[in-house]
Amino acid sequence: MRAPCSPQVRPPFAGVAEILYNNIKVKTMLNINEILETNAMIDRQHLDVRTITMGISLRDCSTDDAERTAAKIYEKVVTRAANLVRVGEEIEREFGIPIVNKRVSVTPVSEVAAASGDCDYVIFAEALDRAAKTVGVNFIGGFSALVQKGMTEADVRLIRAIPRALAGTERVCASVNVATTRAGINMDAVRLMGEAIKAAAELTAESGGFACAKLVVFANAVEDNPFMAGAFHGSGEPECAINVGVSGPGVVRAAIESVRGAPFDVLAETIKKTAFRVTRMGQLVAREASERLGVPFGIVDLSLAPTPAAGDSVAEILEEMGLSAVGTHGTTAALALLNDAVKKGGVMASGHVGGLSGAFIPVSEDAGMIAAARSGQLTLAKLEAMTAVCSVGLDMIAVPGDTSAATIAAIIADEAAIGVVNNKTTAVRIIPAPGRKVGDTVEFGGLLGSAPVMPTSGGGAEDFIARGGRIPAPLHSLRN
Amino acid sequence: MKAIVTVVGRDRVGIIASVSALLASLGINILDVSQTILDSYFTMMMLVDTSAAAPSFSELAAELEKAGGELSLSVRIQREDIFDAMHKI
Repeated sequence: MRAPCSPQVRPPFAGVAEILYNNIKVKTMLNINEILETNAMIDRQHLDVRTITMGISLRDCSTDDAERTAAKIYEKVVTRAANLVRVGEEIEREFGIPIVNKRVSVTPVSEVAAASGDCDYVIFAEALDRAAKTVGVNFIGGFSALVQKGMTEADVRLIRAIPRALAGTERVCASVNVATTRAGINMDAVRLMGEAIKAAAELTAESGGFACAKLVVFANAVEDNPFMAGAFHGSGEPECAINVGVSGPGVVRAAIESVRGAPFDVLAETIKKTAFRVTRMGQLVAREASERLGVPFGIVDLSLAPTPAAGDSVAEILEEMGLSAVGTHGTTAALALLNDAVKKGGVMASGHVGGLSGAFIPVSEDAGMIAAARSGQLTLAKLEAMTAVCSVGLDMIAVPGDTSAATIAAIIADEAAIGVVNNKTTAVRIIPAPGRKVGDTVEFGGLLGSAPVMPTSGGGAEDFIARGGRIPAPLHSLRN
Repeated sequence: MKAIVTVVGRDRVGIIASVSALLASLGINILDVSQTILDSYFTMMMLVDTSAAAPSFSELAAELEKAGGELSLSVRIQREDIFDAMHKI
């Protein structure tokens, strides 16, 4: 190690230069424009950290007794996440940046519950729900199974328990991965999920099928996603990890408003710069949270996640690019540019970018999407095309209550095919709202917003879904 | 801990005096000040050091917001890291 310099032996000018240099640094720290810009993003453009999600492994909670396993699950979550909400609120106050949600994701429950034998898995959902309430998180994700190639007995039990688990708990979210590019599509699981979604809707008919808003069917699910309802703590993850999801559709929209009419090159560059700033903020929050909680930092998920609030809409970004309404021709290209530029801008700003990173297009949670769906400009067919280039898939879509389980399964299969062939995550979160027909609106409230009931394509896929078995993995899965 | 104090409000006599007195009473040391009038709104940024302040950062933030409200000013304090992160590589 070098000996520290003693000020006495330095030439006199060195000290002066240092003082000047330090002063210049101080001056640049007080750049009024930068400070005002940041605070305008927070105050007027809804810049926020959407979620700090703590991933917790439950693999050490397995026992051969369901009640004991449930008790261990509860203990583990309340111990690990005891300080999550407090630390989140502290960081929120210190940086002056809203942290909208504090959440927990856990090991897919079917893996933890398998040892408990033939029992009703609702007991584990109830344990998770109690734990979520004790630690004060608004959602806990991981009532999940990964069944892309086949289902264990535990997976089948979990899927069958999903409707009752979601109807009977408040904060538990479920997800099932039915396909991967490597394994193909498990069509038996797709069929079961169509039935599970229908059953979940029926059990919560009085709230418009609310349980379905907490249920995601994935293809190529990611193990470190911090966003609900699809968050779970994958088997390649550490004991505990902090994953942070940032957002900021309003910030991107405001930025591209300043380059109205400019060529796409300028547009893409502007989005990248904005995404960079937003991600840096997320990285800072993630690092702070990780240090204070003594939990390793996992990833920053840079997703443009809209909320129903005015000015916090992904649809409005697309419209600001020059589209009359989202859903018109040009929407897919606009979304592709947005999704790509967001990733490119964010990737340099964080040590580890992961999760779903891109642009979300949930219909009920985005004022622009709601308006376009209501006017008929945005259809299910166009949304499906958009999912080939957005970060996830068909999200928060309400369809008529008489839509059959087979049709829902077929919608899942289409979406999974897009994910599997394009090597990307896709998902379906669909609500067959009981008793509602096209033109009605289902109100979920809060961040989940309100969903106009959209028409499906008609026709039927009963015989297609009844086949069962697996759709083989595509040729490009053989990459070794 | 270094932090940025932002003060915004309709311009009038004595804003700097009252805000400085407030910061002094909380034990917050002012390191640098930049102030201007934007659209007839008084706008001031201060780089401050809170290490000599007795209350926690959260308490300081709450105290400044409350005192600012009484003076009809928006006074907020944020750790400077957030501005560095977003605007400097």
